[in-house]
Amino acid sequence: MIDGEVLTIGPGDLIPHVLQIKHDGYRLIQICATTVKDGYELTYSFGRDNEMAHLRLQVGPYAQVMSISNIYEPAFLYENEITDLFGVPIQLISPDYKGKLYRIEQQTPFK
Amino acid sequence: MATRSVVPFGPQHPVLPEPIHLDLVLEDEKVVEAVPSIGFVHRGLEKLVEKKDFHEYVYVAERICGICSFMHGMGYCEAVERIMKVEVPERASYLRTIWCEMSRIHSHLLWLGLLADAFGFESLFMQSWRLREKILDMFEVSTGGRVIFSVNKIGGVRKDMDGEMLKSFLALFDEMEKELRILSKTFLNDYAVNSRLRDVGFLTKEQAHDFGTVGPFMRASGIARDTRKLGYAAYPDLDFEPITSEVGDCYARTDVRIREIFQSFDLIRQAAGKIPGGEIAVPVKGFPDGEHFMRVEQPRGEAVYYVKANGTKFLDRMRVRTPTFANLPGMLETLKGCQLADVPILILTIDPCISCTER
Amino acid sequence: MNISKSPWLLHYDGSSCNGCDIEVLACLTPVYDVERFGVINTGNPKHADIFLITGGINHQNADVVRQIYNQMPKPKVVVAVGICACNGGIFKECYNILGGVDTVLPVDIYVPGCAARPEAIIDGVVKAVALLDEKRKKAAAPPQRKEVG
Repeated sequence: MIDGEVLTIGPGDLIPHVLQIKHDGYRLIQICATTVKDGYELTYSFGRDNEMAHLRLQVGPYAQVMSISNIYEPAFLYENEITDLFGVPIQLISPDYKGKLYRIEQQTPFK
Repeated sequence: MATRSVVPFGPQHPVLPEPIHLDLVLEDEKVVEAVPSIGFVHRGLEKLVEKKDFHEYVYVAERICGICSFMHGMGYCEAVERIMKVEVPERASYLRTIWCEMSRIHSHLLWLGLLADAFGFESLFMQSWRLREKILDMFEVSTGGRVIFSVNKIGGVRKDMDGEMLKSFLALFDEMEKELRILSKTFLNDYAVNSRLRDVGFLTKEQAHDFGTVGPFMRASGIARDTRKLGYAAYPDLDFEPITSEVGDCYARTDVRIREIFQSFDLIRQAAGKIPGGEIAVPVKGFPDGEHFMRVEQPRGEAVYYVKANGTKFLDRMRVRTPTFANLPGMLETLKGCQLADVPILILTIDPCISCTER
Repeated sequence: MNISKSPWLLHYDGSSCNGCDIEVLACLTPVYDVERFGVINTGNPKHADIFLITGGINHQNADVVRQIYNQMPKPKVVVAVGICACNGGIFKECYNILGGVDTVLPVDIYVPGCAARPEAIIDGVVKAVALLDEKRKKAAAPPQRKEVG
């Protein structure tokens, strides 16, 4: 990956890309969701030494996204947060808080 | 297999200045697993970008956390400045660097005090906080505020430090350094302190990498990475190396943070020697359009600010990944296998900032 | 025996940004030192007379705050420290903030500021001590009968 690059990929390509990145010795920096016109934009940031590079997914409002928490363990916090606040249905998070990470009254406020 | 019991820890707990809840699964006195539940401080301030314009949002960004308030404001400002391609005057960059390092000293001293409080060394707690008050006085002299200064703005800073003030600060830092040397002897050499910190809560270099830890927590496990090396503010002009330790236990984390305070004194001296004259802010016209990931080294580690703007005065998205959020998985790992009595110390040695984490 | 000679204090961080929390702690440490008024910071609600709350109330901590309050023995005084605890402050418009502490508890003393300055917090605590005495007296005095007719 090139430092500072944002690589846009399809939802189906996420797992192979992340496996490759993990193999290359990157760490997970963050996962960020943004609400866009027709759905969401998920940005996964990875770092090696002082570099940072990103993978970006454009997903529709009902799209299913696979969790990367079995590849990068710390991802579970970010993914649970995105499920809670944005309502993106991320599959197979471990552990899955099932919308109870932030116990907020208003459902998916960022949706 | 021994019987398992679950002990709730928090949200209100004597060692916790901030609320977090952990369910500790115990086998006798040994922790087998820790399950966190967070959200007691969740406000939802990232959503405020829809109500406050991007200039006003600086005030909200500063209130993500009151301990690293200055750096939150600065990280946000630098992200917007980079999107708008605003060149901040050099003097402003230097001033930001000086306040950043002062914040680091204040934050680390605060942490040393809380750590001493956690293992019940009351007078050490008081001494650390007494020393910290000197930094707060300097903040008050230079900015007007003690913990939240609102001195950052997009395009520069609001207040200047004249030569006289800097000189008096440097003299005070010399004094503080002497006092800190005496204080650090107790932290690093005292028998009782050592017995609580040494060989407790190991995190190996591999774990530190795999769990994505940042800051002193990571550097104490032997990874020499410091986001300041990326070269924001005036850091490219200053000479420093990341401070590390190879051991990875609670003692190593304390040691790294103490040495970082001395490093901060040094960085301020370097910056004060090189600070150029000139303006402290440039006028900013127009609205930002674009996105940027900005990384800043806070006292607790690397923080990531993501700003996405659409050419209007309201931003599309502002997200901050704070260091404690990244350090939580690593902390849960170190808790596995530790004694119940060591749990407070272990939680404190990552220097948790829950307010940052939950926003 | 007079409680006001040594009122014990319990601090809970609602959803504050930490700014007020560290100022509350700064009050308890050298330079400001409320211990000279006999005030001691305790971690146990059952020992506390004064309940200091920083930060606003959100959906998750409302029950925690109520529970801590109920565990405190009477008489007790609630002090809301900082503008967020007074009315929600800068976070008032956030989706997860209900408002100030008075949305769930009867607040006796409001200390404004962002962050509240130690001087202001000490002032609030001293007022709380006076109020504590008053409340105690009221509780000890026999109920006054009103003459009818």
